[in-house]
Amino acid sequence: MICRDANLLIGDVVMLKIHNLTVSTGGKEILKDISLEIPRGETHILLGPNGSGKTTLLKAIMGMGSFQTSGSIMLDGEEISGLGIDERARRGVGLALQRSPAIPELTLGGLLKIMGQEYGSGAMAEKIDSLNCRYLLNRGVNVNFSGGEMKRSEMLQLLVQEPKLVLVDEPESGVDLENIVVIGEALRRLLKPSREKEKERAGLVITHTGHILDYLNADKGHVLLHGKIVCSGNPRDLFEEIGRHGFEGCANCPELQLKGGQSC
Amino acid sequence: MLAEKARRALEKKAAYGPDLQIPLVEPHGEDFAVESLDNLDKRLKEASLLSGFKTDESDRSGSFFQKDDTVLYQKVQEAYRGQVEIMSIEAALAQYPWLKEYYWRNVPVDMDKYTALVELSGNGGYFIRILPGARVEQPIQSCLLLDESGGSQRVHNIIVAEEGSHAQIITGCTITPEVKEGYHLGVSEFYVKKGAHLTFTMIHNWAENFHVRPRTGIVVEEDGTFINNYILLKPVRSIQSYPRAELRGDRARARFNTIVYGQRDSEIDLGSWIELNGRETRGESLSRALGTDRARVMMRGRLTARSNDARGHLECRGMLFSRESQMNAVPELWVDGAPQADLTHEAAVGPVSEEAVEYLMSRGLSRDDAVSAIIQGFLQTGIQGLPEVLENMLTGALAAMSREAH
Ligand SMILES: Nc1ncnc2c1ncn2[C@@H]1O[C@H](COP(=O)(O)OP(=O)(O)OP(=O)(O)O)[C@@H](O)[C@H]1O
Ligand SMILES: [Mg+2]
Repeated sequence: MICRDANLLIGDVVMLKIHNLTVSTGGKEILKDISLEIPRGETHILLGPNGSGKTTLLKAIMGMGSFQTSGSIMLDGEEISGLGIDERARRGVGLALQRSPAIPELTLGGLLKIMGQEYGSGAMAEKIDSLNCRYLLNRGVNVNFSGGEMKRSEMLQLLVQEPKLVLVDEPESGVDLENIVVIGEALRRLLKPSREKEKERAGLVITHTGHILDYLNADKGHVLLHGKIVCSGNPRDLFEEIGRHGFEGCANCPELQLKGGQSC
Repeated sequence: MLAEKARRALEKKAAYGPDLQIPLVEPHGEDFAVESLDNLDKRLKEASLLSGFKTDESDRSGSFFQKDDTVLYQKVQEAYRGQVEIMSIEAALAQYPWLKEYYWRNVPVDMDKYTALVELSGNGGYFIRILPGARVEQPIQSCLLLDESGGSQRVHNIIVAEEGSHAQIITGCTITPEVKEGYHLGVSEFYVKKGAHLTFTMIHNWAENFHVRPRTGIVVEEDGTFINNYILLKPVRSIQSYPRAELRGDRARARFNTIVYGQRDSEIDLGSWIELNGRETRGESLSRALGTDRARVMMRGRLTARSNDARGHLECRGMLFSRESQMNAVPELWVDGAPQADLTHEAAVGPVSEEAVEYLMSRGLSRDDAVSAIIQGFLQTGIQGLPEVLENMLTGALAAMSREAH
């Protein structure tokens, strides 16, 4: 509590605090009683098998999807679970989707122009070029974008948004080795540590392969299984454990019980 | 002969659209013209600007202005003399005996009662001719304005793009704010000669109790291109139009772009018909329509191929924003003795994608801004390749409209 008070001056020490979040659709619970904390300046990894609810968790934080939700989502000390998607975005939540919808009515350049007043500025140009997106500006957003192009465009939009909570869903899936470097660099930039504590951001990144860990200082990993966080710990250890015993094995590891589900 | 045929068609209903009873009245063209558009009444200036007509004539190569029955003004800018001719249809018929070969040759005088009325009680219209090889960079503009409530315009226009010429025409049909009701009947015959390139953009600006019946025929010769942009953003009581372009020459091309905003009690029935007769002809028709309030919108499209290597594509897309509005898309493909001809169509009527809206909201756009951006883009994709001078004006109008629509 003393620590908390000291930090009030610079905003909450915890960037994202989820408490007892339950998400369901059509009477089916996809996420059950999720609780999770990501302190300012940290990046966490979310692991879990296909269909375990990872994407749903990120969407629920962003407020997207027609889900029924209960529980609490605090961003930087403020409850955001009742807010609209755009209000969450304006408060600093940014999400790069696993699969983004095609919008033939709006070009990527047009979207960037709406998003950032700085359109046409050197800073914007530099961001566009850093993700090699210039040739996509006159195309409809995500319309016939290749897998890699879609990921680069998502990262570019995050760079323009400059969110303080960076949510990224499988940044490396379907991306070739050269483009992983480009996307990894963008992520590194988004989550770059700052000397000023209040400018520090936080990240939650979904990955299956772990390749993206080469570009991130991942502080912690969480394993999601059947809609529950079953294990949390050092990301590289988690990968190793999952590699050896699979997700189910990870969930049943004896240490889990010992540590009250906190770590493997 | 023509008059006789017309008289026999006076009771002939049109194939589509609600039937109108319009009296056969004598034209009463007043005999006056203005030296300069500067002297025009401010009301008229504003009304014409709404339809893309600039009374200061900046960025225009020539102008034609008709108010009610009277041709007020016609002029070709100095730089374009010898490249463009603009005059009233009566003056043109008097000056050029050969024009008879173009008069009622592309639209039958007995097509329906409306063509018949134009022949029997016509009042004005323009003749625009782009001379052979002329490259007219700046648009030619015309405005047909009605300032008399309850009045009617019954115009006959002939446009000839001579061989190898290149031009764009912006034409506005509009009314002053005081005009609440009336009729507009307009016959337009286009002749796009060998290798000529003509872009014709029409902006309609009507009122809630106005009925409109354009009748349009286009012939495109060898290597010629005709592009038609049609824009209707204001309410109308009823409009029905089904222009037909015949691609007569080999490699002739035609494209129709249409954007329509159906609102209030508008009854809108619009289409385009491209006949692909010549070899390697190409036809394309793109329409975008919105419907709100109690509007009823019919989007027709027809491609007819008679040549084996003809290719054509039809696309109509619509969105409705009220439970009382209606939309109907009727694309038709006809292939007549040309088994290799390739015609396709795409029609879709549906709402703004919720997934797309959420995506844009996650980038910080409000729901309203997201929906508007999508609607605006939806309409704008319908008129790609619009003359640059119109683009800015229209972007503003579309932005305002896309907010209003949902
Ligand atoms: N809108 C929805 N309606 C019904 N079911 C849904 C909906 N969204 C997600 N689901 C279901 O919820 C479960 C979790 O989906 P989610 O996309 O979150 O999984 P994931 O962990 O991201 O999987 P993957 O690794 O394959 O991306 C799946 O069974 C999915 O089919
Ligand atoms: Mg997923």
